[in-house]
Order: sequence, then C-alpha cells, then structure tokens
Amino acid sequence: MFELLGIPPQALFGQLLLGLINGSFYAILSLGLAVIFGLLNIINFTHGAQYMLGAFVAWFLLQYLGIGYWWALIIAPIAVGITGVILERLMISKLYHLDHLYGLLLTFGIALVIQGLLRNEFGISGLPYSIPPQLAGGQNLGFMFLPNYRGWVVVASLVVCLATWFVIEKTRLGAYLRAATENPTLVGAFGINVPRLVTLTYGFGVALAAFAGVLAAPIYSVNPNMGAELIIVVFAVVVIGGMGSILGAIITGFGLGIIEGLTRVFYPEGSSVVIFVIMAIVLLIKPAGLFGRAA
Amino acid sequence: MRKTVLLLGGLAASLMATSALAQDINIKMGVLNDRSGIYADLAGEGSVIAAQMAVEDFDAAGKGINVEILSADHQNKPDVASNIARQWVDDEGVNVILDVPTSSTALAVNEVTRNANALMLNSTGGTSELTGSACSPHTAHWTYDTWALAHGTGSAMVEQGFDKWFFLTADYAFGHALEQDTAAVVEAAGGEVVGTVRHPFPGQDFSSFLLQAQSSGAQVIGLANAGGDTVNAIKQAAEFGIVQQGQSLAGLLIFLTDVHALGLEAAQGLVLTEAFYWDLNDETREWSARFEELDGDKPTMVQAGVYSAVLHYLKAVEATGSTDADEVIAKMKEMPTEDPIFGEGYLREDGRKIHDMYLFRVKSPEESEGPWDYYEVLATIPAERAFRPLEEGNCPLVE
Repeated sequence: MFELLGIPPQALFGQLLLGLINGSFYAILSLGLAVIFGLLNIINFTHGAQYMLGAFVAWFLLQYLGIGYWWALIIAPIAVGITGVILERLMISKLYHLDHLYGLLLTFGIALVIQGLLRNEFGISGLPYSIPPQLAGGQNLGFMFLPNYRGWVVVASLVVCLATWFVIEKTRLGAYLRAATENPTLVGAFGINVPRLVTLTYGFGVALAAFAGVLAAPIYSVNPNMGAELIIVVFAVVVIGGMGSILGAIITGFGLGIIEGLTRVFYPEGSSVVIFVIMAIVLLIKPAGLFGRAA
Repeated sequence: MRKTVLLLGGLAASLMATSALAQDINIKMGVLNDRSGIYADLAGEGSVIAAQMAVEDFDAAGKGINVEILSADHQNKPDVASNIARQWVDDEGVNVILDVPTSSTALAVNEVTRNANALMLNSTGGTSELTGSACSPHTAHWTYDTWALAHGTGSAMVEQGFDKWFFLTADYAFGHALEQDTAAVVEAAGGEVVGTVRHPFPGQDFSSFLLQAQSSGAQVIGLANAGGDTVNAIKQAAEFGIVQQGQSLAGLLIFLTDVHALGLEAAQGLVLTEAFYWDLNDETREWSARFEELDGDKPTMVQAGVYSAVLHYLKAVEATGSTDADEVIAKMKEMPTEDPIFGEGYLREDGRKIHDMYLFRVKSPEESEGPWDYYEVLATIPAERAFRPLEEGNCPLVE
C-alpha cells in the first residue's frame, strides 16, 4: 500500500472530495461578487449577510408556511434578490459616480445592520434545519462515506456556476451586459435601458448568494454570523481569481476549496490562513489576480 | 405658603438622606463577555440579567450598597478584553469584573486585575490554569473548569469501556487545556489517545476533521471545543454517520443552549458534565423560572454561576463594609457559600469555587416531556472529587 506524504491515498481522496464541496460554496459566492463587481464596480460587502438571509428565508418558509427545502431553493433566492433590487435602487445606485470606498462602506454598514437585527431577534446559537429526506443518508465510496447531500451541493453549484458563465459570456444578454460595463453611454444610445440592466444584475448576484445560503442551511449552523465568517475568505478568493473575472471566480473557488482541504490534513492549524497566504503571494506576483486583466 | 413649607421640608429631608447616603457603599460591576459571537447565547445578556437578579435578591439598595452594573462585548479577543478591563479598572473605578468567557481572554483579564484593586469573578472561562500556575489573589473561578469537565466526562466514558480516543480540539488556550486534561484522565485510566486534530477557532466546516477522526480507529471522538463549534461538529457528525458507524461523541463542554440549538434528535445520548441544570430541585426550578421570565430562555450553568458569584461577593462586601479587593476576597474565602444555584460550598484559597458537579445524559425526543426538558442526571460528582486537588494545581498562592 503506497502512501503520499504519510497519508494513505484513501484518506487523501476523501479530503480532496471534501475540499471540492467546500469549494462549491466559495465558487457560488465569489461568482456573485465577481458579477456584481464586474458590472457595477461595487464591492458588495453585504454579500455575506445576503447569503445568511437565504438560509434564514429557508428557515422562515419551513417554520411559518410549511414550505420545504426544494421550494425554498427557488423562493429564497427570488425573495432575497428582490430585496437586493430595492437596495440597489434606493441606495447603491446613488454611489456609482463616487470612489469604490463609498460603496464598500455602505454595503458593509448594511451587512452589520442586517446581522445585528437578526441577532437581536434569534440569538446566535443557530436555528435547526434538516437535510431534505430525499437526500438523507449517504454512499460508501470505499475510500470514504459521502453523505448524499454533499454530493448534491457539488452538482448544484457546478450547474449554477456554469449556467451563469454561459449566460454572461455566450449569449446576447450577456453581450449587452459586458458592453454596458465598457461604455454605458454608447450602449444606452442603442436603446438599451442600462440602469435597469445594472439593477437586475445586482439582484441576480444577490440571488446567487441566497441560493448558496439555502444550500448551506442543512449542513452549517443557521445563525446571523454565518456569512460574516465566510465572506472574508470569499473576498480573498475573488482577489486571487481577479476582480470581476467570472471564470476566474469559479475556478479559484473550487481550487482554493481543495487547497484548504489538503491543509486540513497536513497542517490543520493553518487551514484558516492558507487562503490569505496564497492571496498575498498572488498579489505580489500578479496584482490583477490569476485571471484578471491589468487595468 | 403651604407649598413652600412642603418644599423646604422636602429639601431638609433630602439633605438628611444625602448625609445618610454618604455612609453608603458604591460598587461598580462590569460584565465582560461575548455579546455578539458564538458564546453570546450561553453567556451574553443573560449574564447581565443574572447579575441584576443577584443584586435585587440581596436587596443591596436596602442595605446601603449602591450597585451599578456595566457591560461590554469583548468579542472573544484577549486584546479587546484587556483594554476594556484596564479602562474599567483604571478610569471608571470598576470593583469587580464578571463572567469573561473564552480562556484566552480570561487569562488576559486575570493579569489586569492581579495588580489592581479589583476582582475577577470568572464564570464562563474554562481553563483550569486560572487556579493553577496562573492563579491570582484577585481571581475566583466560579462555575466549572477544564479539569472538572475532563474528569467528569472522561472518566465516565473510560469506565464504560470507551478507551481509544480521538480529540477534535479548538486551537486556543481553552481547547488545549481541555484536551490535555482529558487526555491525562484517559491515559491514567488505562486508555489511549490515537489522534488529535486542532481546528481553527471559530470553525465552520468540520467534515475534513471528522473524516480523519473516522479513519483513526478511535472509539470516542472527544470534542474539546465549545458553543457554536460543538454544535456544528455534532450536526456534521450526524451527517457523516459517525455514530451509526459505531463511534461515540463525547461533548467535553456542552451548554444547555447548545442542546437547545441542536435539537434532541441530533443531540440525544450525549454524555456531558455540568455544574447546574434548571430542573435539579425546587430551588433551581424556582430561580430558573424567574430567570426565564426576564431572559426568555432557561439559564445556562454559567449564567447561574454569575448570579451565585455576585451574591457571595455582596455578602462579603456587607460583612466587611469595604470594597477593597484584598479585604473582600479574603472574606469571600472565609465565609461558606450558599445559594439556590449550587447549594452549599466554599471558595478555596487558590480561587477555585467548590461545589457538586453532575454527569448528565441528553434525553431522546421521546423521553423529553416538554420544552427545555433535556437532561437526565446520571451521577452527582461530590464537591470533594469534582475539582482538581489543591496540591496538584501548582498555584503559587498555596504554600
């Protein structure tokens, strides 16, 4: 039986798979951030709170309306996306002509307000949310026990990520979007409603965050801080991938999930910083990020 | 005319009242804990409520003791905690700092009060260092410590034949202390530690660590962490079928609020050690009902501990008529303690509060008869065996 660096290969495969699963969350969240930054030039610090709102809406639906996981997977992103649209219209749209810093401060402040309100109402210990019965249990893969739900998370997030990439890079709508970022005035002159396009893009980015929140609800503790802890890592992922790069966000999301997973085997104490170390190195060597274009 | 007379009379009365008040004792208490992070539910505002209840039950105002209670969020960060503690002690004249969860911050505040005219009555901090090598003449460690938890749960599990352990440890002072103390108990009882993994604090995803624990061949996975970390680890252990595949989980520090958040479905069968449970006897039930009315939830052992500590502190202040830290703590150690929380007990010279501990098992959903009916008492660990013997702590205060 061969060993890699003292770890039996079974354990290593298991850890790679788990890394991929965690990477799915990074990928969906960083994708949303990248879409918003790419088209709006806003650094959306509310993203973590919107991810958390997705999980909370799923809990509300179950608790008060008896609506289960599968419908929540559709309803929660739409509901949270609508709050995003309102937020963009009322506040964020006023900041487009100002420096990035203003958008960052506004969205960060909103995130704190949302988290504070929910903490006040529901406390910090978390709310129970179970895995849907269709996905309970797991498969014995020989080298590890894979819970069905985790397998579903990888599939769902891959599909969503690739669909988003396809829409933005390969369709006419995506072409409008990309053109509107390059030169909004010119695109507007062709009769396209650019502000509406931007609003809907923000709503979509927020909906992606909420989707990840619903995916996370059955396996992570549903509490008001769940997004705050994740969002810092996700920002690092976006920076490493290159701000605004769609494909970069997806690939780095999954890739860093795997690297983090491996760190947990070889040096667990370092698993919370490894992503930031990589970020520092990437910024030194390639400041625009691995997939970004130099400004 | 009549109005003026009344007014003058009132004035004279209030002047007399002020001169009487000049004899009064003024005390400032600061509840320093986590009010927004993972320990906010098990301590947080509930600890402030418990402190207020103690002040009212003692009838401090009626006995000429004016108590003002401050509170602040130390965010589980030692630097933030020692800054606040220093400001409270130096600028605001705070006499006693209460609660202080997270061992690393507890040790930081321990150093602030050591040379100041102030006490720390620690309820939520876990590390047994507080009454060991780091013990301070101005610190009392009230509710539990890592030694007591390790011995309660650790020896109970080994006695039942679970002697191969794997530790999932939060990577900071508390986790390390809990892991060391439990490992010592396991090994002393003839057991074996087959592996340890230290996870970043606070953690979110434990699947990778659980997988390592699973492949280690251990019979027991000891969770040397607390609060939200423990909740997440237990939730994910259920997902990975850890218990179905024959391994047991030992929660080394589980609070009532954690069980509440997990739900009995996920938490059932856990064996754990605590110093207090609301449903122990008539006195705890009565006190806990009053607490629940103010807080909305049943109290955790550490919130109850804050009540007990404040009550005993006020008794010592009344007895000495002083707020001098050295005088009051000396009196606190001299007088036996008695309250509805822990019954009778005493404060040992190294600062360790001594009382019974309990070994509980979490009920299954079928056994539970209503909200908050979570624990079944497996055993009472008598006070003289519940805590580390005085001579083993290496506390420099003990000659």
